[in-house]
Amino acid sequence: MANTQAICNSFKTDILQALHNFGTTVTRAGTGADTFKGALYFATATLNKSTTAYSATGEVGNSGSYTAGGITITNATAPTLSTDTAVWTPSASWTTGALFSAAAFDTLLVYNSTQSNKAVAVYTFGSQTIVSGTFTLTMPANSAATALIQLA
Amino acid sequence: MKQIEILYKGRQSFMPEDELEKREGQLDNDNEYTTWVEYWYKGELVHRSAQVNLKKGMFAGMEQGDFGG
Repeated sequence: MANTQAICNSFKTDILQALHNFGTTVTRAGTGADTFKGALYFATATLNKSTTAYSATGEVGNSGSYTAGGITITNATAPTLSTDTAVWTPSASWTTGALFSAAAFDTLLVYNSTQSNKAVAVYTFGSQTIVSGTFTLTMPANSAATALIQLA
Repeated sequence: MKQIEILYKGRQSFMPEDELEKREGQLDNDNEYTTWVEYWYKGELVHRSAQVNLKKGMFAGMEQGDFGG
């Protein structure tokens, strides 16, 4: 027998389910599943890895079925392990109807609206403008190499 | 006849699809597969819809510490 040092795979999925708390002063707002939202941002905004929370600055304005703060992401699938990677991907897609955005947008911010709107991740895509149309965003496959969040 | 929702000269309305010029496009790279459809009327873009299919999300790596060295 030999021992092998490693971050335990179970820990990776546990983190995505808030089962560990290394902080000394951290207080979670409730113990149930959190609500996550996706907000769209203009290409001129400056979201990046330093983004800490949702902000309306640079966000696509109220239009059609899109309202400031974005759209609630259906969190139907709990984090799971794919090979050695903890993965999580929300529902397959969401669509905004009758949207009008004269300025190009190219960014989705996923954030936790239950926990003080804390930022989760920033995703960019090719710039889009929408005129009296719909914008549909389809999520990637929930596997180790493609999931929306991959923790390994 | 399929009706298309349009914005023309600041007014929102519907027009039959065959009275509009239809243009389609796509973007395919490692990050996304995106398609869009545009309708033009008298040289003006009056409708544009898009569908972005994300191919992959974000990866975060973890590395455990080591005792000694």
